[in-house]
Amino acid sequence: MNFAKFRTLSLAVLAACAVLVPGPATEAAADPQGPAPNFKLPLRGSGKDLSLSQLRGQVVMLNFWASWCGPCRQEMPLLESIQKKYKPLGFTMVGVNVEPDSAEAEKFLKQTPVSFPVAYDRDSSVSKLFRVRGMPSTVIVDRKGNTRMIHQGYKPGDENIYLDQIRSLLRE
Amino acid sequence: MRPARYLALLVLGLPVLTACAPIEPWVKPYEREKLADPIMAFERNPVSATYLDHVFESREGARGASGSAGGGCGCN
Amino acid sequence: MARQFANTALLIAGSLAVASAAFAGVLPEDRADALYHRYEGGGITISGPSVLVRKKIGEQFSISANYYVDMVSSASIDVMSTASSYTEKRTQYSLGVDYLRGKTTWSAGYINSTESDYKAKTGYFSVSQDMFGDLTTVSLGFSRGQNDVLRNIKTAQGKINDPAFARTADSRSYSVGVTQVITRRLLGSVNYELITDEGFLNSPYRSARFADPTAPAGFRYESEVYPATHTSNAVAVRLKYSLPWWRASLDGQYRFFTDSWDIKAHTLQLGYTHPLGRSWIIDGSARYYKQDAASFYSDLFPRANAQNFRSRDKELATYDALTLGVGVAWEFRIQRAPWLDRGTLNLRVDHMMVNYDNFRDVTKGPSAGQEPLYKLNSNIIEFFVSAWY
Repeated sequence: MNFAKFRTLSLAVLAACAVLVPGPATEAAADPQGPAPNFKLPLRGSGKDLSLSQLRGQVVMLNFWASWCGPCRQEMPLLESIQKKYKPLGFTMVGVNVEPDSAEAEKFLKQTPVSFPVAYDRDSSVSKLFRVRGMPSTVIVDRKGNTRMIHQGYKPGDENIYLDQIRSLLRE
Repeated sequence: MRPARYLALLVLGLPVLTACAPIEPWVKPYEREKLADPIMAFERNPVSATYLDHVFESREGARGASGSAGGGCGCN
Repeated sequence: MARQFANTALLIAGSLAVASAAFAGVLPEDRADALYHRYEGGGITISGPSVLVRKKIGEQFSISANYYVDMVSSASIDVMSTASSYTEKRTQYSLGVDYLRGKTTWSAGYINSTESDYKAKTGYFSVSQDMFGDLTTVSLGFSRGQNDVLRNIKTAQGKINDPAFARTADSRSYSVGVTQVITRRLLGSVNYELITDEGFLNSPYRSARFADPTAPAGFRYESEVYPATHTSNAVAVRLKYSLPWWRASLDGQYRFFTDSWDIKAHTLQLGYTHPLGRSWIIDGSARYYKQDAASFYSDLFPRANAQNFRSRDKELATYDALTLGVGVAWEFRIQRAPWLDRGTLNLRVDHMMVNYDNFRDVTKGPSAGQEPLYKLNSNIIEFFVSAWY
């Protein structure tokens, strides 16, 4: 193959993609995006279940994470500090672990303990319900149970995006 | 157009032609546990893989097309 | 010696470029590796260190640096036929940078390799893009090498560069690769690379031979003549599969190579990785390589100047090679060093068996063209320590 063929080949590879800039990591709605779907999941530690409707009246931040996801692990201590600071003001963090086998998640939480509830979505039903598109994924729900922000991924500095949204929802 | 110049243009233009978004991924982000396992990395130890590639390439007539990017946890 | 290191520097550039952009949405991990490598076979021993250090700067940049040395002590078949044994040292420095922005990773780097009779400088640049919900990664790469080829001669003062001999060789490579997540357990990739060289592409030391009944050995030597250009294409397909029954991975790779010198080569490689408990990982691999000779290669030409281009480089011969390898890794943590995430101790041994179809062992006489076909067995040992921080 010569250079001309390489050029055609590589152009074909790129042309196969529609010219679409990837969507922003955060979709924040000025208006509510609608009610967050209710779900019930087993809680870590206790034998009870957690359901989202029980948490109505609080600002809820759902964090979809896995022990094999580097940015998720990196984010965890920050989520714990957000929980500690805002829990008294009517906020709760909920960790949703997406692994079919919870052993690794338990091991990670022993090393990096958190005080907020962690639920196990072992069959990915809640991940599908919330159409999780990235790891980690964060969904912030207001006191009335409406989804107000969805954020994908975690890069240091993203916690400021969460905090801005949480503070404004706590004031509502 | 000269190859080098063409390639430079291509490389700079690549991020613009990104994210063929319409197709729904059939492996969801929360299903990538096995792919995130270090034993599923194409090159778990780059220093060793590069050395072995060097040993073979300096003794053989063939060269090229080693090394792959991608896979992994797909996070961020 | 000369030609192979030009290619190698390029190849290293290519694999460093692509390996550094390993996962396009995330920068490569911070780590440091110290490797001791040793090749022994066919009368040659090449050993030395390779130290690789990688560190993130902020959240968008990752820098890597490598220091590599080959200490060569050679009494190889080529050398023993026409010269006497020698020692040589090649030192290589490389520096690379990766820049991550969204789903795109840009990489660039520079490699400098120096030995007494060969200096190679290579620059590379590549870009890697995640698409289709991070299931697909497309990479494009380019590298350019400029090499100075010199020749050592023995003088009263010792070994010096022959002032009457100074050549150059220029290399360019273009590569494109696609990696695809096929299922939750299966990863695939296709890579294509085009490499072109021009300049002085052979070794200044090696000779070709031709049949000459008047000579005591039945043959004489003449200088090798190579084409001034070399263009090659390689396409490789790779699959990696995570076993469903226990934690382990299978790796399969096939590469097809062809070039303007008429060489055709097939490479097939299979690998198996098996973790044992929490701390151990065992790797096994088998690699089969088959090559057809270059059009201007011959072990024994019928007469002097039989062809415009002529070479007796066994690397251009018809041969096949089987390499079997085993590796063991042990992972550890140090409580007293919290900055150290984890470390590994690794040992890997490969055994390479090469059978030449048309390269003969000239040291084993008696009659020209009737010597036994050459066989080469070698051992490749790697011992390295890795640290993640």
